[in-house]
Amino acid sequence: MIKYIIKRTMIAIPVLIGITILDYAIMSLAGSPLEMMIGPKTTEAALEAKAIQLGLDKPFYVQYFVWLMNVLRGNLGYSIKSYQPVSQIIGSHLGPTLLLMGTSMLVGLAIAIPIGIYSAVHRYTKRDYTLVTISFFGTSIPSFFLSLIFIYLFTVKLGWLPSSGIKTAGGDEGVADLIWHLIMPVLILAISIAGSNIRYVRSAVLEILQKDYVRTAKSKGIGRFLTINKHALRNALIPIVTVIGMQIPMLFGGAVIIEQIFSWPGLGLITMNAITGRDYPVIMGVALLTAVVVLLANLITDIVYALVDPTIKY
Amino acid sequence: MKQNSEGLEYNNSTVKMVIGRFRKHKLAVASLYFLCFMTVLAILAPIISPYDPNKVSTSFSAPPSLAHWLGTDQIGRDMFSRLLYATRISLFVGFATTVISTVIGVVLGLIAGYFGGIVDIIIMRITDTIMSFPYILLVLVAAAIFGPGLWNIILILGFVDWPGAARLVRGNVLSLRETNFVKGNIVAGMPNRYILFSEILPNTIGPILVYATSVFAITILDEAALGFLGMGVQPPTASLGNILNGAESITILTSKFWLWVPAGVIIILLVLSINFVGDALRDAIDPSAKE
Repeated sequence: MIKYIIKRTMIAIPVLIGITILDYAIMSLAGSPLEMMIGPKTTEAALEAKAIQLGLDKPFYVQYFVWLMNVLRGNLGYSIKSYQPVSQIIGSHLGPTLLLMGTSMLVGLAIAIPIGIYSAVHRYTKRDYTLVTISFFGTSIPSFFLSLIFIYLFTVKLGWLPSSGIKTAGGDEGVADLIWHLIMPVLILAISIAGSNIRYVRSAVLEILQKDYVRTAKSKGIGRFLTINKHALRNALIPIVTVIGMQIPMLFGGAVIIEQIFSWPGLGLITMNAITGRDYPVIMGVALLTAVVVLLANLITDIVYALVDPTIKY
Repeated sequence: MKQNSEGLEYNNSTVKMVIGRFRKHKLAVASLYFLCFMTVLAILAPIISPYDPNKVSTSFSAPPSLAHWLGTDQIGRDMFSRLLYATRISLFVGFATTVISTVIGVVLGLIAGYFGGIVDIIIMRITDTIMSFPYILLVLVAAAIFGPGLWNIILILGFVDWPGAARLVRGNVLSLRETNFVKGNIVAGMPNRYILFSEILPNTIGPILVYATSVFAITILDEAALGFLGMGVQPPTASLGNILNGAESITILTSKFWLWVPAGVIIILLVLSINFVGDALRDAIDPSAKE
């Protein structure tokens, strides 16, 4: 087991190095920080002095190495626009994004898992085909178009839900207010999460339902409820967990667009602002962070997978 | 796939069987007809569109009428003509991106799976690295650096989209390499190039096709999202995404439906029908792997 964990970690390390190289390369491609500092009164000599101060006179790999050491110490550089440390900007916007993504994931799975099981149990019936067809709608509707429709319906026409921000300006800041603002963005993200997961859950449960031990459980006469929930579902959870782990980067991508539309003050919104303002240290800080999180999530998924499934060879 | 895993390429009867199974999916057949219809409309856009899509007229934001079937936009351009051209651009972006990313993915996947060893490790680690980045973030950053524009968007999406195909092909090659007909070829001393492209590739073409349909669908969604954020194909060239960009304004959202609803509906219908076709194709090619 320990050998397996070490093996997985060893595989993750080159990917981690690759992530930092790619991150640094994109940032270098974006232009040197000097160009962004040039003002009408900057002299050649001042620029040169600044270049030496920033270490830009050294070869590429030395610069990369210096940058990497800084990153390891938690120093992601400074925003070109606000001069704030990138790590501080990320830290203060991480909460809302985690809240949004986490809630959406939970709601999405709460929709997908029961429907997926229902569909699998009633396989190849009209109800099954209808549910699967509906799930395709969930993946085929662009989230921003759904947002527009929702905003039109629930904010403009009915006036039920707020369409921007995380709390009412000047209003009470209670939990109810937060949930109020969460409903629409979460619902939209959850619909697309559910859309893609219904089919995964369905096929995972289908596969398990054909296994011998499920047939044995059924023939013991313990009833459909116990057969499905005790024997089939638990085993079907293994592939589902893996798929969920792989969806985190996609989920973050979705959050970028949703946060932009709903002015949700999270990582996605500052990233989008940084992209339009060409604030590369912030963009690449966020990219680096999310890539590392994804990598860790995959690593944990692999390990959990091995812990849960005794048939996996280490 | 099962019945010819030991056999040769997809011969005529296999193709017939696949078509036969595909036809049982009514929704997919209808989707295929719809896609063909939209493709023809898109190709013929310059002939059938009633107006020049970029020609400004004096009827600003006019609602749908006999002269302008889907109304006009804020600067008086005919929406029906713009939508035709937008569909043309979006389908083109989707198609070109799918071709680029599939070719890259297939070649790298074939090489990684067939040669194994250090080549495999390097290619797979690069694949993992790219897959770790949130996809839309990479695309947005690349669009910001290289500048948004038709060909840049195609190249960016194409170069970011290939890892999935590479993984899929590699997996298939790994299992095909163990089959007797490939082993036979190796023993017979056939050149690697021949084994890869004439023996292994044809036997993995089915899954690649299915995967390509999903890339096609995702690309159309991504182009739309990029356009919506103002980072995609740039105006005045119309794309389904940048038409929707206008709906960020509250007056358009609330009182000028013809400016945003049709473009959204076209996106949904295109993506939905591509997904239906892909799903039926998966079923038709590999009936043993019933979802």
